[in-house]
Amino acid sequence: MLYREAGDFKTTYVADMQTFPIRGERLLFWLFVAVCFGVVPFFITGYWEKSIIVPFLVWSMIALGLNILTGYCGQVSLGTGGFMAVGAFACYKLTTAFPELNIVLIIVMSGAVTAGVGMLFGLPSLRIKGFYLAVATLAAQFFLVWCFNKFGWFYNYSASGQISMPTRTLFGVAVTGPDAPSWATYLVCLSFVFVFAWVARNLTRGRLGRSWMAMRDMDIAAQIMGVSPFNAKLSAFAISSFYVGMGGAMFFAIYLGAAEVTEAFGIDKSFDALFMIIIGGLGSILGSFLGAAFIVVFPVFLKNVMVGGLGWSTDLAAHIEIMTVGALIIFFLIVEPHGLAQLWRLTKEKLRLWPFPY
Amino acid sequence: MRLKTLLATAALAMAVGAGPAMADLVFPSLSYRTGPYAPNGIPFADGYADYLTLLNERDGGIEGEKIRMTECETGYNTEKGVECYESTKGEGSLVYQPLSTGITYQLIPKATADKIPVHSMGYGRTSAADGAVFPYIFNYPGTYWDAASIIVKHIMNEEGGDISGKKISLVYHNSAYGKEPIRTLEELSKKHGFELSLYPVDHPGQEQKATWLQIRRDRPDYVTMWGWGVMNQVAVQEAANIRFPMDHFIGVWWSGSENDVLPAGAGANGYKAVTFHGVGTDFPLFEDIKKHVTDAGKAAGDGSHIGEVLYNRGLYAAMLATEAARTAMKMHDTKELTPDMVRDGMEALKIDEARMKELGLPGFAPEIAVTCSNHGGPGLGAIQQWDADAKSWSLVTDFMGADREVVDALIKEDSEAYAKENNITPRDCGA
Repeated sequence: MLYREAGDFKTTYVADMQTFPIRGERLLFWLFVAVCFGVVPFFITGYWEKSIIVPFLVWSMIALGLNILTGYCGQVSLGTGGFMAVGAFACYKLTTAFPELNIVLIIVMSGAVTAGVGMLFGLPSLRIKGFYLAVATLAAQFFLVWCFNKFGWFYNYSASGQISMPTRTLFGVAVTGPDAPSWATYLVCLSFVFVFAWVARNLTRGRLGRSWMAMRDMDIAAQIMGVSPFNAKLSAFAISSFYVGMGGAMFFAIYLGAAEVTEAFGIDKSFDALFMIIIGGLGSILGSFLGAAFIVVFPVFLKNVMVGGLGWSTDLAAHIEIMTVGALIIFFLIVEPHGLAQLWRLTKEKLRLWPFPY
Repeated sequence: MRLKTLLATAALAMAVGAGPAMADLVFPSLSYRTGPYAPNGIPFADGYADYLTLLNERDGGIEGEKIRMTECETGYNTEKGVECYESTKGEGSLVYQPLSTGITYQLIPKATADKIPVHSMGYGRTSAADGAVFPYIFNYPGTYWDAASIIVKHIMNEEGGDISGKKISLVYHNSAYGKEPIRTLEELSKKHGFELSLYPVDHPGQEQKATWLQIRRDRPDYVTMWGWGVMNQVAVQEAANIRFPMDHFIGVWWSGSENDVLPAGAGANGYKAVTFHGVGTDFPLFEDIKKHVTDAGKAAGDGSHIGEVLYNRGLYAAMLATEAARTAMKMHDTKELTPDMVRDGMEALKIDEARMKELGLPGFAPEIAVTCSNHGGPGLGAIQQWDADAKSWSLVTDFMGADREVVDALIKEDSEAYAKENNITPRDCGA
């Protein structure tokens, strides 16, 4: 019923090729977007903003980036944490060097810096594949973190190596720093994610995305057909790092406000991002969001249920939380190896036929 | 069905979580009982909880007002720490003690904006000792820079007053925490003419073979350490392995608890660390804890940590927090405290020897008098030494002060830089 296709005629190619071909789904999507932009900002509280929604949005951005590289182009990367650090430090250096620059511009520029670094570390992908590439990107992770910890220039020679974000405003409203209102940080993150998810979706449907997918599915066949591996792989590294860099900049500037490279951008961040796209669904925009929600929001939910609701001791809850998340990862991988996005696709298929399946 | 149960539980959780009684005095405990730093986090959290339980059981709270402690697991992780802060601040939390320098750095701007005091006791950002720039942040009774200076002073005393040309090494946790003392040690090395070498150890610090091989090669006269969690145990073990003279190995106050030295066995004998409070259970307060808390079955942990260095420190932290609340009640003549009032209480906190005696802790720690301009407290520390046979720490020096000339100048420099960076106009403290 929800997904009724009867009477939904497409008379133009544009209508036929749109992202949401079913009218019901399209309406639902726009309704959801309208609620996100128009209703949530009025109700969002500090706790929801700082602990749930902003981290979720920031991680969605990062997962989108990694999904472009790993999910669409098939290049496994373990350097996400390092690229996030590049974004964060670029953001810090730019905003302290040019305090009058607009924060939105700063975040986009941080993404651009990261794209450059990502391309540099993507060069080995032209020669090596699979696990070997994973090891090469692992080197990027460790090198970048070491680099930001070692050279004082990156953290403006502060005594402790911490970088902290000064207050920056957008249209006169603070969006970073401790005085930023919840709705402002939320709207900034949401706008970024909305715009760039849109871009990502359309990139993957276009020529570039198709060249990535060709490269992923069989690189030799793709080459024979005229897809240049140099262009496809390096563009995937650049665009992926651009997203991850913007995510890293938002992670530091809007979400945390202060960061220390070894702690905030360690190898565990790379793994988190990789888990997100594997659980969410490789090669799926929706999957990036679902995966980010699973890894970011679910542990907080579990914690609140066990400690806040059931009154268990905090250490027991922390251990059970780790076990539950781990068990669920295994469960999902066995039951649905294509991720949560595939579950959603199956549900949609069923809903199309409901209540009269054949 | 399962989903329904889950949703029902969630709804229940939110319903229960929404309606706590607001009348109590809320002391949040951002603890960590899991992860690589748990061996140090657990005794501290136990001590903190047990002291608050004791006040509730014995005195019915502070001046008759019940205490409610909400614990939140941070795992020494800054993101979880922020989540904990956000989730507990709405309950009327009076003062935060995150026991993590990284989390403290996160909370400094947030708590200042929310007007909730943070007490980073002997950790956090050292320059927060400048109360004019950091009105809501306190780090009495001492700072990292005090500790660094006290260690150097102790080495000078050992060497008969002259350490020029000596080699002193710093083995440190490669994070904000570990990097804190470097500036001070550099200044001191200029002043006293010793040679300083630095050995960073990356989180979590389980792998230090290379570091200690280097130390064996460089043969420093003294090694100091800024370590935490498993890093401490590994460092002490490695030092014993290369047969480094343990009485020339001095840790900061976060690198000197029982679980840091016990794994190395007899090899750890003679290891030293700075401390800002007494050791052991030889104080009248511990009888009350036994009577009202442990024997009543209300202890936070399994009771095995009582009297350990970090347990005592947790106890001391709770004592300072509750005394500040008591001071605030007297200042504002009310029992309904707000975080802002507790801040006033912390700034006017005076604990002299007579008060320590009343509290059942005579001679436990030096006197404290916090002022508007000095949030760093007296900055006194003593050296404690480990006796591996008796399995106990003992103080081997009196409490001594830091080199104020060096430390105060650095604090001023750093806090001014912070004020400039964040457009803060320092308060007028009337000094």
